[in-house]
Amino acid sequence: MTPKLSLRDVVVRRGAVEVLRVPELDVLPGEVLAVLGPNGAGKSTLLQVLALLERPAEGAVHFDGEPVAARDLALRRRMAVVFQEALLLHRSVESNVGLGLALRGLPQRERRDRVRRWLARFGIERLARRSARSLSGGEAQRASLARAFALEPEVLLLDEPFSALDQPTRESLVDELVAVLRETAVTTVVVTHDRDEAARLAHRVAVLASGSLRQAGPVEEVYASPADETVAAVVGVETVAPGRVISVREGLVTLQVGRARVEVAANVFVAAEALFCLRPEDVVLTPGDAAATDSARNHLRGVVRRLTPAGAEVRLQVDCGFPLVASITRRSLEELGLAEGSPVVASFKATAAHLIPRG
Amino acid sequence: MDLIWDGIRQAFRILGTGDRDVWEITLRSLLISGSATLIALALGIAAGAALAFGRFPGRNLLVVLVNTGMGLPPVVVGLVVAVMLWRSGPLGALHLIYTPAAMVIAQAVIATPLVTGFTVAALGALPPRLRPQLYALGASRLQMLWLVLQEARLPLLAAIMAGFGAAVSEVGASLMVGGNLAGDTRVLTTAVVLEVQRGEFEAAIALSAVLLALVFLVNLVLTSVQQQHRPP
Repeated sequence: MTPKLSLRDVVVRRGAVEVLRVPELDVLPGEVLAVLGPNGAGKSTLLQVLALLERPAEGAVHFDGEPVAARDLALRRRMAVVFQEALLLHRSVESNVGLGLALRGLPQRERRDRVRRWLARFGIERLARRSARSLSGGEAQRASLARAFALEPEVLLLDEPFSALDQPTRESLVDELVAVLRETAVTTVVVTHDRDEAARLAHRVAVLASGSLRQAGPVEEVYASPADETVAAVVGVETVAPGRVISVREGLVTLQVGRARVEVAANVFVAAEALFCLRPEDVVLTPGDAAATDSARNHLRGVVRRLTPAGAEVRLQVDCGFPLVASITRRSLEELGLAEGSPVVASFKATAAHLIPRG
Repeated sequence: MDLIWDGIRQAFRILGTGDRDVWEITLRSLLISGSATLIALALGIAAGAALAFGRFPGRNLLVVLVNTGMGLPPVVVGLVVAVMLWRSGPLGALHLIYTPAAMVIAQAVIATPLVTGFTVAALGALPPRLRPQLYALGASRLQMLWLVLQEARLPLLAAIMAGFGAAVSEVGASLMVGGNLAGDTRVLTTAVVLEVQRGEFEAAIALSAVLLALVFLVNLVLTSVQQQHRPP
């Protein structure tokens, strides 16, 4: 399948500093690709290059398989971009939503119909005649999304569209966007630093860190099997610890990690050293020091060293021969009576953990 | 004090009775300074947009020069324009010295840096990602420029006020390049200077009152437009 949009050997520099290097990245027709990475990773620069707003110092952008020039007006008019700020002009909401259509010279009647339809789709038709400056952050971002979808673009590019919004507004807007994206099946690239948002919106994810593309693939694959330590941190694997392989038997790798021994399921494993990776939500904690009898292969005795509240959940750092991060709800914390210094057993399945070969 | 009151009374009498000379001078002031302001707007907005959005070597130096130009002494401008337009000067063949056109040129030279400076400030205050957003919406370069100027229209009205204010209140350059010829290049400011030299303070005060009223009216109109469109 010819990719809708692709980058080949792209390098972007700011003065003498290289800010982005992408040897190869394809965006397939109809897919939603999330570009995930921490702040300053080069995500927005990547989006600017894809949107033909910035010319790379090296390499090429391909649209439908053909190399294209930066700032190509005709091609830019086949795409739409939504930025973090809504960037609405000082005029009415409907005039803002119809702006891209007006720039393309669409007849007024068709423009009005499309504007009405998309205002209604994002639930803001009652705001049509209001001044865009009087909108709340959430309303303004809805108008900005309506403005992009009204163009009926072949490619939609979203640059952290929800990061300036409060949590409840963000959640409802992400829900609506997921629905609209599935409905329209428009080829989409969404840049975000929020791994949950990426997982909800996208089919595939590309992880960017320090200006370079680290890994790209289906969301489940990248989240479950990060290619390196940086990707692991970006996709939310909080326990990353170096280990030494002791044995490999019947699809199970036994590993010495710090003072503890763990078992991890892996089909093919040949390295002697590996990074042991585990997501905090995959750890089950039992108070005391008696291990439960269950199907989990790993039961590690340890002591709670630190509690860090994170929304409705609490992150616990447990010393079980190496620092392990677990995440439980506040209610569980209260019911289990856990505090700093409490003895616990941390359990997890051999299939929940992941190994990154080293050396 | 009597002198001032008599001057103000005289001003109302002149305006009330419709003194032809005063109306003619007022109209000429409006035409010359209005034309100069229009030229300054065309040049200043284009230069301001280039300085606000352009990234080229020497840009910062140009911005400093424009800011310096905002305080350009009119007498120096008058001297330079007079030398250029003088019969034996580089542009002498155009025969513009002591004509209203020469005054328009001098006033435009004074007002252009002001309009440029205000334009740079007005466009610089827009959100930095507005231009990429407009390009991303499918705007051509011209469409983008037109939209950002519309977006900055309120602060740009200040540029018109400053430009017109500088042009209409200017006297040194107008005297030098216009010559203050009755019925031809005499405007409100040069007429005031003449009346003061003659010791005709009442007439000078009357003309000054007209000048003030003119500046006030233009600013009143522009300010009311600006306030009407103020964001809530």
